[in-house]
Amino acid sequence: MNINLTLFAQIITFMFFWWFCHAFVWKFIRNAMTVREKKIADGLEAADRASRDLELAQDKAAQQLRLAKEEAAGIIDGANKRANQIVEEAKERAREEAGRIKVAAEAEVALEANRAKEALRKQVGALVLAGATKVLEASIDESAHQALVEKLAAGL
Amino acid sequence: MAGESQTTTGYIQHHLTNLTYGKLPAGYERVDHHGHVEKLETATWTMAESGAEAKAMGFMAVHVDSMAWSIGLGLLFSLLFWSVARKMHSGVPRGLQNAVEMVVEFIDNTVNEGFHHKNPTIAPLAMTIFVWILLMNTMDLIPVDVLPRVAQLITGNPHQFFKVVPTTDPNITVGMSLAVFLLIIVFSIMKKGVIGFIKELTFHPFHPSFHGIGILFAPILIVINFALESIALISKPISLGLRLFGNLYAGEMIFILIATMFGAGLALGIFAGVLQWAWAVFHILVIVLQAFVFTVLTIVYMGMAHQVEDENQFDH
Repeated sequence: MNINLTLFAQIITFMFFWWFCHAFVWKFIRNAMTVREKKIADGLEAADRASRDLELAQDKAAQQLRLAKEEAAGIIDGANKRANQIVEEAKERAREEAGRIKVAAEAEVALEANRAKEALRKQVGALVLAGATKVLEASIDESAHQALVEKLAAGL
Repeated sequence: MAGESQTTTGYIQHHLTNLTYGKLPAGYERVDHHGHVEKLETATWTMAESGAEAKAMGFMAVHVDSMAWSIGLGLLFSLLFWSVARKMHSGVPRGLQNAVEMVVEFIDNTVNEGFHHKNPTIAPLAMTIFVWILLMNTMDLIPVDVLPRVAQLITGNPHQFFKVVPTTDPNITVGMSLAVFLLIIVFSIMKKGVIGFIKELTFHPFHPSFHGIGILFAPILIVINFALESIALISKPISLGLRLFGNLYAGEMIFILIATMFGAGLALGIFAGVLQWAWAVFHILVIVLQAFVFTVLTIVYMGMAHQVEDENQFDH
């Protein structure tokens, strides 16, 4: 229990260990811990950012999918419309063509009929003439009665 | 017990005597175990053979056991932490590094709470104090007779003195608190200057006025202030050192008293064993608490030493 030189020995020892701890221990451990704390903070922040990015990307993907769907629907719609239109146009054209063909056919039929009529008329005229000639036995002047026969033929 | 013929008082005293190396004054009469008296011609540096010799050495003596354990445990702390600091990395910590980091973190938080100035030496100071005192206090948990008995077997001297708890030696605790006291003064003067430090000691708590009639009372106030402030300043290291010493000395004393019962029959021996266990469990609290109290008070004192008062408060 005596107070003696131990007191000073302890003060010196204390100062030495303090210096040692300051120079060789504390800052190395503390610095590494600070670096790790920063690493962890950065890591957590990166994870946060990544999950935020993921959310954004998912949103964006969903949006793009929706847009694509809309666009596809639009395209299909357009295609359907166009198809209908084409069909309608084709129908219209067919109808027109048919009409035209009918008209042409009718015209041709009429023409043919006329031609046939004309031929018939001529033949009938000639026939009548021939008949009449036979009946009159050449007493009738062919040229004098031509007009008469033609009138007859036109009446057919 | 060290010897069968020993009395309880002798046993206790033996346990409370340090292994002392010091200078015996000239003319001192040494009495050895066989009763031979040897008168010293000149002052001699030697190991004290008895408590009386240790006392006769006075101030010129060193407690070898206290210093050995103190330095040994300080080295244990330093080298252990150094070995971790050397291999320190900021990856995933393992094993010892975890434990050391826990201590560093704990000290760092404590320092940040109590010390708000920029001084990178305070945290290492706090850690040195905390871990070192904790280790020294922990020596108290080793049964009181084990290490002295080992020392007696090694030296072959059945009366070998050997105290193993450095913090039950007031030289150790007061030595540390005196070191803290020196740091208080050094940092105070570094931060406030000599004038600022003197002002702090003399212009508080009663502020002397230098205007009008007040100037007559100024010297009296300064004297009163100085008396009060010096007492406050000096009481810091004394209370710091003696608190630690008192707690550990009392704890050690109780362990020794319990140990005296081991020689008094089987029933009492078992009872003593239970008591020793119970006291050790309780003492774990004291060990950690006292190390922590010393650390926190040191941090607070360092904070006060760094606190530069507003200059203007002395002038209005």
